[in-house]
Amino acid sequence: MLAPRALVLRAPGTNCDHETAMAFEHAGGIARRVHVRALAERPAAADDCQILCIPGGFSYGDDIASGRIFALELRTRLGDMLRRFRDRGGLVLGICNGFQVLLQTGLLLADADGSRQATLAHNTSGRFIDRWVRLQCESSPCVFLAGLGSLELPVAHAEGRFVPRSDADLAALTAAGQVPLRYAPDTVGVATNPNGSVANIAGACDPTGRVFGLMPHPERFISATQHPAWHGRLDPDSAGTGLALFVNALRAVS
Amino acid sequence: MLWQVDVRAKDAEGDHAAREFVAGAKAIGIGGCSAARTAAGWLIEGDLDRPAVERIATTLLADSVTETFHVDAIGAAALTTPIDGLSTVVHVLPKPGVTDPAGLTASEALHLLGHVGTTVRSLTKYWLPLNPDEAASAARRLVANEAIQDVVVGPLALHSLAGGGTWTFGRETVPLAGLDDASLEKLSRDRCLALSVAELHAVRDHFHALGRDPFEIELETIAQTWSEHCCHKTLTSPVDHEGPAGRVCYGNLLKETVFAATQKIRQSLGASDWCVSVFRDNSGVVRFDGDHDICVKVETHNHPSAIEPYGGAATGLGGVIRDVLGTGLAAKPIANLDVFCVAPIDTPAAALPPGVIPPRRLLAGVVAGVRDYGNRMGIPTIAGAVAFDPGYLGNPLVFCGTVGVMPRGGAEAAVATGDLVVVAGGRTGRDGIHGATFSSIELSSESETESGGAVQIGHAIHEKTLVDFVLEAARQNLFHAITDCGAGGLSSAVGEMAATLGADVDLDRVPLKYAGLSATEAWISEAQERMVLAVPPEAWEKLATAAAAEGVAATAIGTFTGSGRLVLRWEGHIAGELDCHFLHEGRPRRVLESRSALPIVQVATWKPAGLADTLCAVLALPDVASKEWIIRQYDHEVQGGSVTKPLLGPGSGPADGTVVRGVLGRDRGVVLGVGLRHRLGTLDPYQMAAGGIVEAIANIVAAGADPDRIALLDNFCWGDTRRPETLGPLVEACRACHDLAIAFRAPFVSGKDSLNNVFAWTDAAGVSREMSIPPTLLATALGQVPDVRRAMSPDLKRPGSRLAIVGLSTPATAGSQVELAGRVTGGDIPTVDTEACLRVIRAVAAAQRSGAVLACHDVSDGGLVTAVAEMTIGGGIGARLDLTAVPFAADQSLPVHARDLATAFGETPGRFLCEIPSGGEDAFARTMENVPWSVVGEVLAEPVLEIIGTTGSERIDVSQLAAAWRTLSREAG
Repeated sequence: MLAPRALVLRAPGTNCDHETAMAFEHAGGIARRVHVRALAERPAAADDCQILCIPGGFSYGDDIASGRIFALELRTRLGDMLRRFRDRGGLVLGICNGFQVLLQTGLLLADADGSRQATLAHNTSGRFIDRWVRLQCESSPCVFLAGLGSLELPVAHAEGRFVPRSDADLAALTAAGQVPLRYAPDTVGVATNPNGSVANIAGACDPTGRVFGLMPHPERFISATQHPAWHGRLDPDSAGTGLALFVNALRAVS
Repeated sequence: MLWQVDVRAKDAEGDHAAREFVAGAKAIGIGGCSAARTAAGWLIEGDLDRPAVERIATTLLADSVTETFHVDAIGAAALTTPIDGLSTVVHVLPKPGVTDPAGLTASEALHLLGHVGTTVRSLTKYWLPLNPDEAASAARRLVANEAIQDVVVGPLALHSLAGGGTWTFGRETVPLAGLDDASLEKLSRDRCLALSVAELHAVRDHFHALGRDPFEIELETIAQTWSEHCCHKTLTSPVDHEGPAGRVCYGNLLKETVFAATQKIRQSLGASDWCVSVFRDNSGVVRFDGDHDICVKVETHNHPSAIEPYGGAATGLGGVIRDVLGTGLAAKPIANLDVFCVAPIDTPAAALPPGVIPPRRLLAGVVAGVRDYGNRMGIPTIAGAVAFDPGYLGNPLVFCGTVGVMPRGGAEAAVATGDLVVVAGGRTGRDGIHGATFSSIELSSESETESGGAVQIGHAIHEKTLVDFVLEAARQNLFHAITDCGAGGLSSAVGEMAATLGADVDLDRVPLKYAGLSATEAWISEAQERMVLAVPPEAWEKLATAAAAEGVAATAIGTFTGSGRLVLRWEGHIAGELDCHFLHEGRPRRVLESRSALPIVQVATWKPAGLADTLCAVLALPDVASKEWIIRQYDHEVQGGSVTKPLLGPGSGPADGTVVRGVLGRDRGVVLGVGLRHRLGTLDPYQMAAGGIVEAIANIVAAGADPDRIALLDNFCWGDTRRPETLGPLVEACRACHDLAIAFRAPFVSGKDSLNNVFAWTDAAGVSREMSIPPTLLATALGQVPDVRRAMSPDLKRPGSRLAIVGLSTPATAGSQVELAGRVTGGDIPTVDTEACLRVIRAVAAAQRSGAVLACHDVSDGGLVTAVAEMTIGGGIGARLDLTAVPFAADQSLPVHARDLATAFGETPGRFLCEIPSGGEDAFARTMENVPWSVVGEVLAEPVLEIIGTTGSERIDVSQLAAAWRTLSREAG
């Protein structure tokens, strides 16, 4: 059969679209980068795609709050298209700024009336941080993390602190397996939570596990040579563990 | 109707800005500021009622989970009611006309929501436990900069956000005829033209021949074009030099030193010449792989950063990114670097001349500027350095660099007659008027008030969309040439592109931020995020479509005519007309006097000291210490090409050169390294430059660069070179650039200079004082790693490996870190033996190729033991080092007790440490042709460094070394 198709949706200020598209291709899919203006003019452009990915970046500069204007644009101009896409079984992946966008659109972790159950606030350091973290996957319906346990990925963000609306919301999300990715202690036991996220939460999915957002960047660990300690330790021709998320996504729609 | 919306964190813990304010106040000794609250404020003007504004606040401005908001008519008492008992309210808002990125973004978002015609400005609000005066002064010292921001205590009295005015066409004639030299000098100063009397004579005579005086716009155009910033008139002047090597006369200093070296190298390479376009475009271009070339440029943005660190550094980076984008037919930026030279961050407030920003705040500001601009651009900031020296107190240096990749052949661009002059990107305001001439004038304590207009704030998102548009237009081949609007604005950009053909420009078509700019202002404004393209008329429609698709404004403002004249119009009237030949060739040249004394050598005096103890002291020195607190604020991995990061190994140790893939999915790499030996600048400028170049080259060779594909860049930052004794060291540095480039067959491909880095003020006693920076050459090396899978890193890998040093060590301690640490004063000046150094570099590269090297680190600041310590920190394992086994050349004058310290901490350039896997010794030895080298130790599983010296051995835990090395990051970060 034909390779699955991923639509990598970009907006002004998106800046991880090329490597994210390449990650899908590397995993065996076909990826197309599309500007949100173009998609708004012709929503049908998404019809032949099974995966919609909102990559990292600083959409519209993130000058007000990360992802907010991109989300606003999606809600106002592409709301129906997104719901249709999800309802026909399409996968939606939001990475970093894309995760922030998914929360702001209410496509992820929102009540029926659209009010939000969680947000991504400024890091407790008050600063942008680029570093590698160790992550632990928990049992969940999330198709992107299927079969994954512990992995290392880089984070690079200023607004990644996961904050639930209330303890009750956190308990419900946890019980439903909707917060399946958490920052874990590194090999020498040092905590790697880089932003003060509540309960070390690094990623969240909807109840079906087919809409998923995460702060770490899987597209930045496709090849071993992207790891900060690969020299003389990892086979430079081996894959990075980030590739597994893209392979899982393609498998889930094949 | 003008509304204000305050958005603040629901709980105090979520208020980071408040926490930073309180901490900052404590740090600089502001009493009574134990608590604070802040809000992001938004001024919204438009035909809106309260419910509408509340909807805007809910949907756009506030986060429903973590934030609350308050909407009110501006000035309403409720906007200044105390919070948590904090009664004084301070507003910090951008001055009218200063770029307000958040406000612009919010306005654009409101248009998206259908609120067309609404304007938004952003501000920050502070609730403080201080009286109004204390509160205002605290805000000024901590968060506000009066060059760009207003501080308002209590209710805002604004009534409207509408700015600008109207301008009706007029031409101001500037009478030059009959002015004596004093009057000419005054005219140049009063109009901030930075033109010399001799230059004004040339202008006067030119217009006299035309039978008239120049119009203001013509004089301004000439001033911009002839500015030091735009045409490097000092370095390209004839120079009569009296130096240690005797008397030399240069017809054109740069041409006969730096350029000449490149020409000789290219000739010697013949058919295998890999330079493509050097010293003529906005950046230097060299061959990369079969179908790509790469280009590189490093710029300085010193004067603006001294006055407004955040905006100065951000726009400095924005400018150099546009240099790369504006090279040939456009290049894609793939990596940034940044280097700062600042005064020690613990400089006491009492030691600060008036008008000088405290170094700690300045450094935080320039870091934040590079962070916020570079990260938003999606270009990894992979390399850099920070040098600390009291000499940079009044004139901090900010270097920003960018590497780009372009399709092979893309370097050739030529404007054609009939092409449209198209300006694309941001709108034009009064931003940065006189930036080019300003940067050519010395700073003073008054600069902030005098030259605020030359300071700007960048809007990264506009530049990002501009890059996306330009690269797409280039892919579709829609333009003949492109350049960036930098210093001098349109006058320089269009002027350069029209240098041979000439152009007609309708300045009234330039899109403005607000009405009221004069023709001259529109022409010389340095508003950011703009590019100028030469577009064939038949491609115009497609280009406009491509621009619209990315939300970029592109406007045709004129035509390249072939008349050889620059004709400036406003609504059909002639605003000015210049002969291009005079504009670009008419500048008079004057022979500059230059003197350089013999190097100052002071005999070394050693103090008895322990090795481990000295090592910890050196590791904690600011130049050596980890810059992790800076590095981690930069996205150094975006674009996915990252191979060798600035922090490496399990222990996050330092890198030498940093490597990214030139093209994603391919294995050929680009490697960047920088070298800076500013501490030698006043002792021996030739060796300062030579040492810096060797350091930059050693950095990239250690990382796996091919020694036959190294391109160099020079950035000269100097004092007032009108003084022969200041120009002399610059000439010596140029000579060093020539000699080393030839010796290493490493051509210079681009460069930049920033002169007049002198700060003048009147001290408390009423005495006029001035300080000049130390002569500073930043050397940047751009290398290529044939296969990134064989890239090298300095962190130690395997217990049991051997540790070898390659290259001869000497007791060279003048200007060294061990001298800064107080263990020695004076000593030999670290001197480059180019032939020996070249042999060492080739041997090390050969050893790497043979597979007999697991880790490689160049020996620079802090010497041999510091380098080994860095390797253990990165690897998280230990090492044994035998100083008595190090090839060391010292005469009898070196006292025995000093021998170990000199071996351990001397800074002889051109040495490398290599980790040799057990069993690899023979293979390694076979590659060490005709170079001094020896095995000096081994790698230990236990994380401890054992140093064996003539007088016994010392041990220290790697954790202690790491702690010392991270001191600065803990304090500054």
